[in-house]
Amino acid sequence: MRFSTFLYSVNQGMKNIGRNKMFSLASMATMAACIFLFGVFFSIVTNFEAMVKTAEEGVAVTVFFEKGLEQKKIEEIGTEIKKRAEVARYEFVSGEQAWEEFQKDYFKGNTEAAEGFEEDNPLANSSHYEIYLNDVSMQKTLVSHLKSLEGVREVHQSEIAANTLSDLNSLIGYVSAGIILILIAVAVFLISNTIRTGISVRREEIAIMKLIGATDNFIRAPFIVEGVMIGLIGSVIPLVLLYVIYSRMIAYVAEKFVFLSSMLNFLPAGHVFRVLVPVALLLGVGIGFVGSRLTTKKHLNV
Amino acid sequence: MIKLEHVSKAYSAGIPALNNASLYIREGEFVFLVGESGSGKSTFIRLLLKELEPTSGKIFINGQDIGQLKRKQIPKMRRNIGVVFQDFRLLRDRNVYENVAFAQRVVGTGTKTMRSRVPQMLSVVGLAAKYKSLPRQLSGGEQQRVAIARALVNQPKILLADEPTGNLDENNAWEIMNLLEEINKKGTTVVVVTHNLDIVKAMKKRVITLRKGIVVSDEDLGGTNEI
Repeated sequence: MRFSTFLYSVNQGMKNIGRNKMFSLASMATMAACIFLFGVFFSIVTNFEAMVKTAEEGVAVTVFFEKGLEQKKIEEIGTEIKKRAEVARYEFVSGEQAWEEFQKDYFKGNTEAAEGFEEDNPLANSSHYEIYLNDVSMQKTLVSHLKSLEGVREVHQSEIAANTLSDLNSLIGYVSAGIILILIAVAVFLISNTIRTGISVRREEIAIMKLIGATDNFIRAPFIVEGVMIGLIGSVIPLVLLYVIYSRMIAYVAEKFVFLSSMLNFLPAGHVFRVLVPVALLLGVGIGFVGSRLTTKKHLNV
Repeated sequence: MIKLEHVSKAYSAGIPALNNASLYIREGEFVFLVGESGSGKSTFIRLLLKELEPTSGKIFINGQDIGQLKRKQIPKMRRNIGVVFQDFRLLRDRNVYENVAFAQRVVGTGTKTMRSRVPQMLSVVGLAAKYKSLPRQLSGGEQQRVAIARALVNQPKILLADEPTGNLDENNAWEIMNLLEEINKKGTTVVVVTHNLDIVKAMKKRVITLRKGIVVSDEDLGGTNEI
């Protein structure tokens, strides 16, 4: 395609939007609503995922050994744990370390009570591995594997926390994917309608183009440009709005609800929008392209 | 240049719009195609433009069997044929220059060539001074001249004119016919579909007569015996 022909197609595509103002505006508004909601869900999911990740890092599985298990066997269990893909990190806690931790937690400021035990470590048989997962949904599989290992006496896990977190994460993912799919369908339908109206307005011109010897692509290009422009404008507007709202919201929460900000650790705007901007632009342009391409293919019998 | 071999076209069951038509139009000829309404004249034009496919038979343009062309090759084939219609079919929101330039734009002509070719074509049809006028500011004859300029600007080898004088008064009709004759003299093959028998007889060109889809006569020097 010549550069002048490309410019002509862009120019005609823009003119189409102008000629077909009401439909174009309706399509842009729907696209903007679609991208805005996508952005809202994306921000929620991204933040929630980050919070879940932080929470996951605190969920550990503890493996206790049979009484008197020799060090070599303990190390073998450690090697088995290391092999598992779902394990983010693990550490060995000896009976002495366990007792020190216990004293720190429970005899804080009451050293006399601890002194009563003197050299007699009640947790001498409590050496264990603490395992931290990179995906809590895999906890069940890991625990059943660990239980089957020779020398393992007991495996402790916080099953409720693990299941709740992974279930909630999946639920938010499914709900947002469902809503976004519906919105995409609505946006494609509206863009398709706008392009169809444009085609019927320009039917005479298209007929002349065909007789003169215009190629399919030459006739279709302005409509594709129109769809892509609607998609682009319809995604830039909500992105700007979202950026402003998001930045102000996290600043407001941090300032006014200090107690909340310690629980809800929001990601900085730059972190969220670094991914959201290209994804939303691609989504907008993609919907515009697909909507107009499908319509021109169906209604422009060139 | 244009050859039809036993071409028939039936839209549905009943009398075919074109029935076993065979004819040959040589390069550089000026031919009238006459016949009553429904005789198959428009079907003939649409078949040549490959807007319709014949039910049977073959059509050759410049030696190429157009039935063998793939969909993608059709635009290129159409660029060798200029078309003019009774209702002009100009773009109403564009001026004379833009209407003619549009044909060049469509085939991907560069802006530089366009800027020299369009005014040149407008002078040929005598409208160089009115290049800024919109179609509604022109007379019927002038609008048809713009349509002719648009049809010829890409230098096609064939010009098809479907009732080009149908909406014009006698003076304008003659002006258009004289213009078509001039164009023919420069080497373009011209096929004119018309009802205007006075013009046909006066111009003394080859005349092909269609009746109910059948070629009933093919005579030189304006012969229209079968009508």
